[in-house]
Amino acid sequence: MSDRRDFFGKALGAFAGLGALGALYAAKRTWDPLPSVKAAGFTTIDLSQAQENVLYTEMWRGKPIFVIKVPKDAVPSDAPNGRKENAYNDKRLITVGGDKFFIAIGLCTHLGCIPAYYSDQHKFICACHGGQFNAAGEVLKAPPPSPLVIPPFKVEGKKVVLGESSPEYEKMKKAGLVA
Amino acid sequence: MAHFDPNAKPFSHQWLNERLAIDTLKRVLSTEYWIPKNINFLWAMGMVLAATFGVLLISGIFLLMYYIPDTKLAFDSVNHTIMGEVGYGWLWRHMHGVAASVVFLIIYIHMFTGIYYGSYKRGRELIWLSGMLLFVTFSAEAFSGYMLPWGQMSYWAGMVITNLFSLGSLDFQGLVEWIRGDYVPGQAFLGRFFMLHVVLLPLVIMALIVLHFGTLRIPHVNNQDGEEIDFEAEAAKWKAGKRKEAKVIPFNPVFMSKDVFVLGIYFIFYFYLVFYHFEFAMDPVNFDPADPLKTPPHIYPEWYFLWSYEILRPFPKDPGLIAFGFAQVIFFFLPFLDRSPNVAPANRRGIFKYWFWILLVDMIVLTVMGKVPPMGIYTTIGTVAAWVFILLWVALPFITKMEKPIRGQK
Repeated sequence: MSDRRDFFGKALGAFAGLGALGALYAAKRTWDPLPSVKAAGFTTIDLSQAQENVLYTEMWRGKPIFVIKVPKDAVPSDAPNGRKENAYNDKRLITVGGDKFFIAIGLCTHLGCIPAYYSDQHKFICACHGGQFNAAGEVLKAPPPSPLVIPPFKVEGKKVVLGESSPEYEKMKKAGLVA
Repeated sequence: MAHFDPNAKPFSHQWLNERLAIDTLKRVLSTEYWIPKNINFLWAMGMVLAATFGVLLISGIFLLMYYIPDTKLAFDSVNHTIMGEVGYGWLWRHMHGVAASVVFLIIYIHMFTGIYYGSYKRGRELIWLSGMLLFVTFSAEAFSGYMLPWGQMSYWAGMVITNLFSLGSLDFQGLVEWIRGDYVPGQAFLGRFFMLHVVLLPLVIMALIVLHFGTLRIPHVNNQDGEEIDFEAEAAKWKAGKRKEAKVIPFNPVFMSKDVFVLGIYFIFYFYLVFYHFEFAMDPVNFDPADPLKTPPHIYPEWYFLWSYEILRPFPKDPGLIAFGFAQVIFFFLPFLDRSPNVAPANRRGIFKYWFWILLVDMIVLTVMGKVPPMGIYTTIGTVAAWVFILLWVALPFITKMEKPIRGQK
């Protein structure tokens, strides 16, 4: 008698458990980003009119995208860690139509605030927790743990498509330069 | 088969008693639920919290009638419709906002009362744990509610807090996007936090309040001396008419009348804030609509989260997250980290006395430092205070282990 009851109890528990797992999966999927949200993830930026050392802010996947046509003399004036590299020679810049561009997601890698660009010093300063980046998005001052993130991109003439990968992007990614 | 008197009038006392056992319920839950006499006004904070939750629930129901959880309409539905058009809409909003802030003040008083008098010790661990679960759920409720007006601070607080779930260098970006339902906070984010704020979390809170009351019923509330009271013997004295000799009073109506007196004073303070100083709960930055392309110069949480925010802030990313996680969970472990059997006010417990007051002052310092910009001397003070917080908890098992037993404690 008790064996039968145990068996039924276990069978019921097993089926209820399966149902609970199914319900959990459905709940997880309901919280997933919608297909329409994922599909709207491509942005094309025309860089033919860009001027040197001016910050342009575009939008991609709801995030701000920083674009700067970096001038040859872009030196961070007084990086707190003493670094003085010329941002123009940074491997993180993207060549578009012969000019060098800095293109990155404009969110501080610490906690996602938007840093401000000080064009005279060629650097970004984040007002939230004091992080600093040079004009190629490299970290000059903590707390940000990593450089400003370069999104997947594809150069098409004088235009750049964000959200789509390309051999150039894959190469940078392999070299550990995108983030 | 139970006995049902065929002559009992419907809904008469006898009729209800036969069906619902109302006399037994009343006796167990109120008239013979015994409270020590040796307490003070701090013992009324539980009822103050329950009443404030009631205020939040009722004002929230009225706000819900005109609030629209749509990223394009939410800001105006709050700041234009509810504040400007709906008759007395401003009253519900200010009551809701002020109560949400004040409820944390009372929660902290309630918590520190428990710590001071040792009301989390043997027999009362579950009271402490269920209370901490309530604190966490209230925090989630406050955060999700703060998203709803969809102002600048809503948006950017949502951005920063959800980014914490990437867990630093583990870089779980997929988890962050899953929580948001989008790459950045958007419609999916607002919709789910609206659901959490108005349905799921309030249900959890109500269930936890029942559990919290339940954990209190058998160990009873503590008293000012941590004395172990024989509640049955003392209750027998009260019932025998020796009310002066008994160390206890019934919850209802005797203790309740004291509670209601404290509630009266509390509500004078509360409605003074609602009518004359509501602005402290209304951050001016949040009166700008959410703008994904413009971060406010300083992002800071409401005052009640500042101390844990300040523990996150002075460290590099990963250690900061670990310290933050530590601060979030460490209070749960209090009953097990305190190794002393003494149930007594902190002032009679040797080193623990200093531990208690340093902890209290340190959390106030952290709160103040969390509000000021992270520069110069403030960063130093914040870092020191964060370390003091961590070291206090590390030291707790040792200093309580050394504590000498106080008279009468085993």
